[in-house]
Amino acid sequence: MESKRSLIGEFTKGLIEENATFRMAIGMCPTLAVTTSLVNGFWMGVAVIFVLTFSNVFVSILRKVTPDEIRIPIFVILIATPVVIVELVMNAYLPEMYRLLGIFVPLIVVNCLIIARAEAFAYKNSVIRSALDGLGIGTGFMINLMVIGAIREFLGTGRLAFGSVAFPAEPLFEPMAVMLTPPGGFVTLGVLMAILNILVRRAQLRKAKASA
Amino acid sequence: MKFISIMLAGVLTSNFIFMQYLGLCAFVGISEQFETALGMSGAVLFVMTFACTVAAAFEQFILVPFGLQYLRTIAYILVIAAFVQLVEIFLKKTAPSLYKALGIYLPLITTNCAVLGAAMLNVKNDYGILWGTVNGLAGALGWSLAILIFAGIRERWKFMKIPEVLKGFPLALVSTGLMSLAFLGFSGLFKTILK
Repeated sequence: MESKRSLIGEFTKGLIEENATFRMAIGMCPTLAVTTSLVNGFWMGVAVIFVLTFSNVFVSILRKVTPDEIRIPIFVILIATPVVIVELVMNAYLPEMYRLLGIFVPLIVVNCLIIARAEAFAYKNSVIRSALDGLGIGTGFMINLMVIGAIREFLGTGRLAFGSVAFPAEPLFEPMAVMLTPPGGFVTLGVLMAILNILVRRAQLRKAKASA
Repeated sequence: MKFISIMLAGVLTSNFIFMQYLGLCAFVGISEQFETALGMSGAVLFVMTFACTVAAAFEQFILVPFGLQYLRTIAYILVIAAFVQLVEIFLKKTAPSLYKALGIYLPLITTNCAVLGAAMLNVKNDYGILWGTVNGLAGALGWSLAILIFAGIRERWKFMKIPEVLKGFPLALVSTGLMSLAFLGFSGLFKTILK
């Protein structure tokens, strides 16, 4: 079914309404693995935006000639191509970041977020809509990564670092190192989801009251 | 000795789910019932072990001799997808009961990042074909252990009063975090054996 939103709506829906991590709970592995700092989250987000937009556009261009039975292998190849581009570019210009993100850059290929958008959106919609959808969902994903990264970095090291500059200069409190370990990641995401659920429920209650 | 250390690392100290965040989508998605978790573990155990063998062989005999390592990501995902398809056809013909038991889990494994992750980690650690296979087996055993424990925990939730806002993913993530904390305790335990 073709999407009937406005073009701007295609972009903005990815930020909140169809937010990948919090509303659809997909693409969890990188969400937890690379979010030990804000900057890591940012670069992973950039990589995902590029791959998602690229793959959405090409899936959409080829949607009329793609046979239904073998569409998944075709999607996988269309996704793997931009991933290799990202890998090579990152390795050349951001070798330090490439090392930090480790195997999670090649693993973007099997990120369910990207194949889910190809299957659920790009395969059924026009090229422009698919590009905007990719940009929107990707940006939403990047914001999630940065928020989770900022929380974990701040609690885990006591401050936020941007390159060589750190804010505040001295840690404000005794850093909780557990936030940087896997358990800290799981608990942070779980608690964030619960808080978001509370906010959504509040908003729904208020809406129900207003309409009543 | 290397066998024991790879096994212990894969199952306990660097468990795929709790320590390396691999295969989380399937972990959270398919752990609601113990039976389905068992089916999925069987499929992962089988596919991950042999996919590691195939990927490592592909690396050694095709990618390295021709200097194509930069295409590794594309090559591996195709090898894994083809391998899963092959396993599916093979099981359908030779072991229909097993095929039925694994059901929809087989095709899903292609997008389970733990499989590609295991193959990638093998390259990173320079394991070769034999140790790569052992590492795949260890990783799959660790993954299965995690999802089976977790499915056991989740089955008990049915009889509990859970706050509405925590239902589903939030509680799943927080309890995974607590289990992960427990597994963190293993990390120092085998230092002497691993050395």
